[in-house]
Amino acid sequence: MSFFSFGQSADIDVVLNDAETRKKVEHKTEDGKKDKYFLFYDGETVSGKVNVTLKNPGKRLEHQGIKIEFVGQIELYYDRGNHHEFVSLVKDLARPGEMTQSQTFDFEFTHVEKPYESYTGQNVKLRYFLRATVIRRLNDISKEMDIVVHTLSTYPELNSSIKMEVGIEDCLHIEFEYNKSKYHLKDVIVGKIYFLLVRIKIKHMEIDIIKRETTGTGPSVYHENDTIAKYEIMDGAPVRGESIPIRLFLAGYDLTPTMRDINKKFSVRYYLNLVLIDEEERRYFKQQEITLWRKGDVVRKSMSHQAAIASQRFEGSAASESALEQAAKEESG
Amino acid sequence: MSDPVVADTRRLLSRPQDLNDAYGPPSNFLEIDVYDPQVTGVGRNRYTTYEVRMRTNLPIFKLKDSVVRRRYSDFEWLKTELERDSKIVVPPLPGKALKRQLPFRADDGLFDEAFIEQRRSGLEQFINRIAGHPLAQNERCLHMFLQDESIDRNYIPGKV
Repeated sequence: MSFFSFGQSADIDVVLNDAETRKKVEHKTEDGKKDKYFLFYDGETVSGKVNVTLKNPGKRLEHQGIKIEFVGQIELYYDRGNHHEFVSLVKDLARPGEMTQSQTFDFEFTHVEKPYESYTGQNVKLRYFLRATVIRRLNDISKEMDIVVHTLSTYPELNSSIKMEVGIEDCLHIEFEYNKSKYHLKDVIVGKIYFLLVRIKIKHMEIDIIKRETTGTGPSVYHENDTIAKYEIMDGAPVRGESIPIRLFLAGYDLTPTMRDINKKFSVRYYLNLVLIDEEERRYFKQQEITLWRKGDVVRKSMSHQAAIASQRFEGSAASESALEQAAKEESG
Repeated sequence: MSDPVVADTRRLLSRPQDLNDAYGPPSNFLEIDVYDPQVTGVGRNRYTTYEVRMRTNLPIFKLKDSVVRRRYSDFEWLKTELERDSKIVVPPLPGKALKRQLPFRADDGLFDEAFIEQRRSGLEQFINRIAGHPLAQNERCLHMFLQDESIDRNYIPGKV
């Protein structure tokens, strides 16, 4: 709202060239609501048009220049005044002068680097946006358009399983195993819990996914823990020698990729928390970090390639069945 | 390297369980009964004792079946010892009922049947909860409470 109602004013808006074809994704806003935004990847060009529409046709609009910026910034909620810009590009659309009629300006930010994924968290926000501005002496007219950036990874070369024996001396010994240490966002956690010693009365066991957002550096580091999921994997009392399987589908949960020390400002890390609860509500737990990554959308493969993959899995299961038979033979033999 | 479209969710290989482990007695057997309230003493020096019987197969307890007689103040002693020497949050005891010790009551005061039953039940809950705590099982005071004929209040506190 302009307080200076005499003189000319204008509306400004930004339209992308590929608005019809570009994919939109849902992203959480600061107040928890979900909105849809255009999705971009690192290296993609951001191009479009800026429309400046005069409110009072016929009257002139004096300005000190018209520009459009592409900004990537990190905002720490406890330090709102300081925005840490890690990407800042500007294109001048018009030199200082005057407009007598509504105008449209083309812009193109070619192959823009977008090194980090968009993130809205408890204490920090990383966002990318276009900002078109008509600069004026007293008050600028500007419009921001947020976009969302996803960072993609490919299957990691090294993805070892996590296997560990933990416990309390003479009371409880378990061996837990998770099939990988790095999972993509639509992956499945396959694992098992093997009981070596059970001298306490366990009532049930669950696995929690915990997200830890860390902001700040040095003495003022702040961790925000959020339990994203609680998944019961066992109800009842186990005894020695029992194996409890784990199969946890990640696609059902609101997860982001692991973000480590982004621009030295914040981190978002994920942990699996295995929790055993005994009959007196005492909790025994073991936390283990996992790495989450975002996989690119699946490209349609040919039918024969799909069949080739399916037959590989079948062979694989035949091999593991024969291994089990062998082990059973050795046991009884 | 083929890029699997569908995730492999087959179970991980696990060792078959020994049938003795599967169907045998569990290794976590621990049951403590608090029962048979008996009033001893005369006049104003009367007090109630309870039988505390523990049955267990946990190796940390020397006796697998033990019976002792304990009174309310013995339970209080145990709670105090554990709170001082260990980091455990000790469960609450049933109330001390000081009002019941005052004279001129309509009921039997400390020896009222309903009150004794309430107290017995609370003590049983208390001792079962604390005896099952892995850290409490390391404390000498717990073993003395459950398995020694009488409590030596001049004992040397420590871990088992």
